[in-house]
Amino acid sequence: MAETDYRNGPTRRAVLEGGVATGVLLATSIPAYAEPAGAVSAAASAAPAPTMPMTLRINAKDLSVELDPRTTLLDALRNHLGLTGSKKGCDHGQCGACTVLVDGRRINSCLTLAAMHEGDEITTVEGLAVGDRLHPVQAAFVARDGFQCGYCTPGQICSAVGMLGEARAGWPSHASADVAAASVALTDAEIRERMSGNICRCAAYPNIVAAIRDAAEGA
Amino acid sequence: MQSFTYERAASAEQAAAAVAAQPDAKFISGGTNLLDLMKLEIERPAHLVDISRLPLDRIEETAAGGLRVGAQVRNSDLAADPRVRSRYPMLTQALLAGASGQIRNKASTSGNLLQRTRCPYFYDRNMPCNKREQGSGCAALQGFNRTHAVLGASEACIAVHPSDMAVAMAGLDARIETISPGGETRTIPIGDLHRLPEATPHVETVLGHGEMIAAVTLPPPPPGRQVYRKVRDRASYAFALVSVAAIVEKSGDRIRSARIAMGGVAARPWRATEAERTLAGAVASDGAFTDAAEAALAGAVGHGGNDFKIPLAKRTMRHTLAAAVESA
Ligand SMILES: Cc1cc2nc3c(=O)[nH]c(=O)nc-3n(C[C@H](O)[C@H](O)[C@H](O)COP(=O)(O)OP(=O)(O)OC[C@H]3O[C@@H](n4cnc5c(N)ncnc54)[C@H](O)[C@@H]3O)c2cc1C
Ligand code: SF4
Ligand code: FES
Ligand code: FES
Repeated sequence: MAETDYRNGPTRRAVLEGGVATGVLLATSIPAYAEPAGAVSAAASAAPAPTMPMTLRINAKDLSVELDPRTTLLDALRNHLGLTGSKKGCDHGQCGACTVLVDGRRINSCLTLAAMHEGDEITTVEGLAVGDRLHPVQAAFVARDGFQCGYCTPGQICSAVGMLGEARAGWPSHASADVAAASVALTDAEIRERMSGNICRCAAYPNIVAAIRDAAEGA
Repeated sequence: MQSFTYERAASAEQAAAAVAAQPDAKFISGGTNLLDLMKLEIERPAHLVDISRLPLDRIEETAAGGLRVGAQVRNSDLAADPRVRSRYPMLTQALLAGASGQIRNKASTSGNLLQRTRCPYFYDRNMPCNKREQGSGCAALQGFNRTHAVLGASEACIAVHPSDMAVAMAGLDARIETISPGGETRTIPIGDLHRLPEATPHVETVLGHGEMIAAVTLPPPPPGRQVYRKVRDRASYAFALVSVAAIVEKSGDRIRSARIAMGGVAARPWRATEAERTLAGAVASDGAFTDAAEAALAGAVGHGGNDFKIPLAKRTMRHTLAAAVESA
């Protein structure tokens, strides 16, 4: 997406991308100076698109931002609010790395606009722990070594938290033999089917399933 | 993504009027299909009217004994509703066979019906595609077409409609309620909602600009056992190559009535009426299921890569009918 990024903290990615952006600015500034005065208005019309003020409630804090309407919830979190826990894998709803909880339900933050979530209670991986006490799903991922590179992990953990709530509410899945049954037994087949929206490039799946099984049994 | 202006709709009528007022305006519901396509600049709306907060998120009993599903009911809520699970189990099965837990938590009933094709050339702006760019040609006809249509296609387009939910709804004779900018409402049988491509594949439905889906009504559940079966390249999180929704009502050894819809084979959920006629009154047997499958696919045409879909659809139909009868 072509949009201006205002980053909060000096993350490694910000430094890398900042370097690239500087290069682009230098390259384009040369013809701009050489152009006649009439070109200035054309350049000005390509100025950043108008922004919208909005307040997002994230991890129990109200945060006010001005955003281009095109900004996805994921880009708002990562690029504007300094919450880089949620990851961008595919940006098209296919990998689950960007999973967050909205009013307790797991969604892909890359396929929704920030502006659509004013007034919602948004929880990211940064908001799961209570102080130094990890969320039971986080603790289970650590205990079971449910990751290798860790890139998919925030999405896996948020997704698992949402999924366990769905199972507690008795929601069936494609793996359930009888969709009318009132309750769900979270077998490994059920866990795998319910977590199929989260891809792990390192294929840490056996340990991810074990971690979620532990968290489900402990709950 | 091209830039756009955004507004949150205040009411259904106001939303319809706001879209009607601008030729390039669109409704946004869950956004899971529209934003995907906007990022690729396949969709380029200049104005978005957000209908996701409208109070159309309830599932209500109808006087006739069916259910009225608001356009904003999420796919996950519809699948999990106890009334749907017990009375329309194949609708729950179809919903749960589609997409992922995260996407179903966002996807709305109306957005699911109106999601666009997954034809890879529709997604690739460097390739000709009559649906994306009228008159540019169809790259799939001579190209990679293993996911494409075998029924109801045209020389202009062989794309399929990707929804699972719509296939179950077609088998259940769902009706679509809409509201237009002036506040008028109308009801469209689900079989008439999507157009076949003919010479104008870019026109996908009978809805007018600014006409908004308000609800989907399910008639009382028909007698008989319901089964939805989906065949795909992966066991989970993949679109259908072929799917079949079937309801079979038995009386002794014989089939009293059957309702069958197919997915992954056409530009709309495909009601297999010839197969239904073949089955009515027949003795429930593999021979009858084979006859039904032959009747359903009699007019099927392959395009090379998707030739396998014709025998696959027949086998899937036989197995789905057998499963529906077994436990009837
Ligand atoms: C990775 C991935 C995998 C998927 N797998 C499957 C699958 O296996 N099976 C399946 O069936 N689907 C699948 N889907 C598609 C998914 O079901 C759709 O994206 C979803 O149902 C669209 O609903 P939405 O509310 O998000 O629609 P939106 O994206 O908000 O809208 C889609 C279209 O409908 C229009 N629209 C929405 N509501 C209305 C209304 N009330 N009146 C008039 N127009 C309206 C919008 O203007 C837009 O043109 C998948 C999607 C993804 C991203
Ligand atoms: S099949 Fe339809 S959607 Fe695909 S390239 Fe041809 S015209 Fe486009
Ligand atoms: S980044 Fe959102 S699903 Fe991949
Ligand atoms: S741990 Fe590397 S992608 Fe999952």
